[in-house]
Amino acid sequence: MSAAEPLLRVEDLRVEFATEDGVVHAVDGITYEVARGRTLGIVGESGSGKTVTAMTTLGLTRMQGAQISGRIFFEGKDLVALSDGELRTIRGNEIAMIFQDPLSSLHPLFRVGDQLVEAIRAHRDVSKAAARERAIELLGLVGIPDPARRVREYPHEISGGMRQRAMIGMALANEPKLLIADEPTTALDVTVQAQILELLERLQRELDMAIVIITHDLGVVAEMADDIAVMYAGRIVESASAKVLFGGPEHPYTWGLLRSIPRLTGSREEQLVPIPGTPPSLISRPSGCHFHPRCPYAQPDHSRIDPQLEPVPGEPSHHAACLLDASLRARLWAELHGGATPEEARASVGLPAPETPPAEALR
Amino acid sequence: MSAVDPLVQVRGLVKHFPIRRGVLIQRKIGAVQAVDGVDFDVGRGETLGLVGETGCGKSTTARLVMRLLEPTSGEIRFDGEDITHLRGARLKALRREMQMIFQDPYSSLNPRKTVGSAIAEPFAIHHMLEGRHERRRAVQELMETVGLNPEHYNRYPHEFSGGQRQRVGVARALALKPKLLIADEPVSALDVSIQAQVLNLLREMQRELGLTMIFIAHDLSVVRHMCDRVAVMYLGRIVEIGSGDALYGSPRHPYTGALLSAVPVADPSLAHRARTTLSGDVPSPANPPGACRFHTRCPKAQELCSLEDPPLEDKATGTLAACHFPLTEEEIARIGVRSAA
Amino acid sequence: MSRYVIRRLLWGVVLLIVVVALLFVMFYVLPTADPAKLRAGRLQSPKIIAEIRHTYGLDKSVPEQFWLYLKNLFLHFNLGYSFYSNAPVKELILDRLPATLSLVIGGAIVWVVTGVGVGIISARRAGSRLDRASMGTALVLVSAPEYWLGLLALYLFAADIGVVRIFPGAGSYVPLSSDPVKWFTSLILPWLVVAAGQAAIYARLIRGGLIETMGDDYIRTARAKGLPERTVVLRHGLRSAVNPVVTILGLDIGVLLGSSVLVETVFNIPGIGRLNYTAITHADFPIVQGTVLLAALLIVVANILVDIAYAYLDPRVRYS
Repeated sequence: MSAAEPLLRVEDLRVEFATEDGVVHAVDGITYEVARGRTLGIVGESGSGKTVTAMTTLGLTRMQGAQISGRIFFEGKDLVALSDGELRTIRGNEIAMIFQDPLSSLHPLFRVGDQLVEAIRAHRDVSKAAARERAIELLGLVGIPDPARRVREYPHEISGGMRQRAMIGMALANEPKLLIADEPTTALDVTVQAQILELLERLQRELDMAIVIITHDLGVVAEMADDIAVMYAGRIVESASAKVLFGGPEHPYTWGLLRSIPRLTGSREEQLVPIPGTPPSLISRPSGCHFHPRCPYAQPDHSRIDPQLEPVPGEPSHHAACLLDASLRARLWAELHGGATPEEARASVGLPAPETPPAEALR
Repeated sequence: MSAVDPLVQVRGLVKHFPIRRGVLIQRKIGAVQAVDGVDFDVGRGETLGLVGETGCGKSTTARLVMRLLEPTSGEIRFDGEDITHLRGARLKALRREMQMIFQDPYSSLNPRKTVGSAIAEPFAIHHMLEGRHERRRAVQELMETVGLNPEHYNRYPHEFSGGQRQRVGVARALALKPKLLIADEPVSALDVSIQAQVLNLLREMQRELGLTMIFIAHDLSVVRHMCDRVAVMYLGRIVEIGSGDALYGSPRHPYTGALLSAVPVADPSLAHRARTTLSGDVPSPANPPGACRFHTRCPKAQELCSLEDPPLEDKATGTLAACHFPLTEEEIARIGVRSAA
Repeated sequence: MSRYVIRRLLWGVVLLIVVVALLFVMFYVLPTADPAKLRAGRLQSPKIIAEIRHTYGLDKSVPEQFWLYLKNLFLHFNLGYSFYSNAPVKELILDRLPATLSLVIGGAIVWVVTGVGVGIISARRAGSRLDRASMGTALVLVSAPEYWLGLLALYLFAADIGVVRIFPGAGSYVPLSSDPVKWFTSLILPWLVVAAGQAAIYARLIRGGLIETMGDDYIRTARAKGLPERTVVLRHGLRSAVNPVVTILGLDIGVLLGSSVLVETVFNIPGIGRLNYTAITHADFPIVQGTVLLAALLIVVANILVDIAYAYLDPRVRYS
């Protein structure tokens, strides 16, 4: 990451929810940074804690009764320690957030223009007319044709792509320094997705805005992110720049993800190697390394020791939370990358099989 | 395009949903042209992929083939028989031969029925395996085949994860050993690490049972992996159809090219490749553009395209495409994501 | 939107004609006794019966009678004549209408304000003791019969017989035009009684609706914009939650206008409910017919208004 003071620095963040079934450890001690004007991609599946992390940054989990500890530094201020009122002046202002489904994320009964005007006047003391002008300007900025007309329309009257653009416009109303995008393109068609991602990149350049993009789609993150953090069961298991992560991943979960997704450039004959089992419950997580029940390379003491996020030798900005020896990991990845199955790779580096085989989901 | 002795043959398939307006009495003032002239064959044992974005008509096409809808016009032949206007008992008998699995595992299973009874339902409907023990054994065998624990026979859907529920759907679909399986976005709602499990399951089932499949998805990478041949749909028509290798290796239709260049690839070195980004949104299927439907958004459109509807024909490069000005080799190379043959 | 409104209005007229036809069948055709005798009520003499027969064209064929009835109804707004009370039915009804309107509309205002207020507070503090207490009270009020509540109210608060003598008692109603202050004070207890049960229902509706709405995605967006929580709840949450309530409100008012007899009787308010009740006990069928028709009309109109209001409140339903 850059030498300059990072825009956002999350330190040992923990978020827990008390529920009837027990305590949900949604986020379990994560640390990461976002530099000014750069994009961080947070990758994870459902139950990884990626959305809770983002919502907590803006204080949106407070009203759900979350127990939050740790620190989130934004331009020197600790957001966790701020009062609701203080946090509200930052929300929608210096830090903005956009969500997955623009049809349900925009109020169905208010006109698009009115919702934008509301966002503007929440933080700026301007007249309704001036806010209206700005709203039209914003819609134009995000590439919506004929913005003066769109301003009077309701969300259901415009297409999905335009809705997401309107949401982005709304988020940019007060020129945020940081934009958090939670699965911004998942609900969109692939050509519209491409348009939206292009839009986000252009806006980032024009406004020198940092972006945190949260997604489960490794393709999106490869396109958009400068740096990537991979989350699993509430923890960051690997973080690195995009090039380094895809070039030489260091965590079995990341390997599993990369080997299990079908590739556009692949052939029909290529075998998908799924990660066996299912993501764990956040109430009763596996002991030690949370990934060990699904890991083909797990060793006996991996169920007892908690791996820490440590730098990879030779790559100080590349961190992985794995108990396997670094040189072993490098060899495993070399085998996997060459087309070996996890079992073959394990055998060729001389690792014994896990005591209980990874929860078998498929033959 | 026509396979030898195909299992499914579709010719000139059309489905229009009428739009009615009126003050006291509703008159038809137009129609949503969901499917507007579709021809294709599906060979025995092959997997045909239907790909397209919202409003292209791929789900409607699947439901027409399944005869969950009746076509406005056109012909559907299944295993040699004309099933276009089948009704009553013969339609019910047809259902034994073709089955469907759906996108949302959370809503496609009745929450009040145990998974065992859900999987057994096809037997009950078609009066097969009347004996209770026989039926139970068959269901448990199916559960094991799809990778579920047969002892969970009496559990309810909410006790299973999304991926497991999808397996229940597969088990139910395969109970009667159908000839044709239609999968409508079967993995879109699942986590990435589970998607591969279900996709592998489908491939294995296909191999074991000699199934013919129609696979519908919006994710081009998934379709590439699962399908022998792929049809790309836009606004109710097939714009390009061909073998997976040919279509992904040398797409001819500009829309196919745009789709391929839009897919985000998990490779940062391809991140800033040149893209054909389409402008604007998909027109409404109630009011599609005249002549070539794609001409309003096509980067290669010329005057001819707004006057004459291009037919779906062989471009001598492995695919059939409906285009007056198909992509050249150079343009294909610029897309930057060619797949290995 | 206007096309939608016109369509609803036209269907409304069709519906009214159907209702009228059904009423006609019920009152003219079904009774086995001589309609003329029924119409005459207790004043039966051969002369009057013959007169009725002729006036009402009972000597004509049934379709002709129906046609005459419709003509009378739509062209002259003639609802018939009550021989018992010796006055046109229309006059009697119009005379009593203001009282019922005062009662029901006033009551509606009270129950909406109370219901929505309590509903919002309960929703925001769902599960707390306050919430449980208010929902418990709501349950009691909904279950209590109106007349019991009315009698209880009188027993506790009526100026003449109550334990704590604050409000005017039964029979003190005066029309708005003659003495506004007395009109208002005499209606306070009746309003509270009418509102009690209804407010309870509305509180529960709003509570449920608001709890559900507050879980919607756009609420999350509203918070992410940095809006104060009060704005989020009252502007974003409530706006979505009231839609179903508005539809029910229209129907409730429509129904109540035709059937407020219990409260009117307990408080001795000269409204349509009382008129109807008296007419039934005196077998004065023209009046009963007229009031039933009025009630049907009110419900049809309420239905249409509610549909229009709903289309106005929810832009997504306009183009159906």
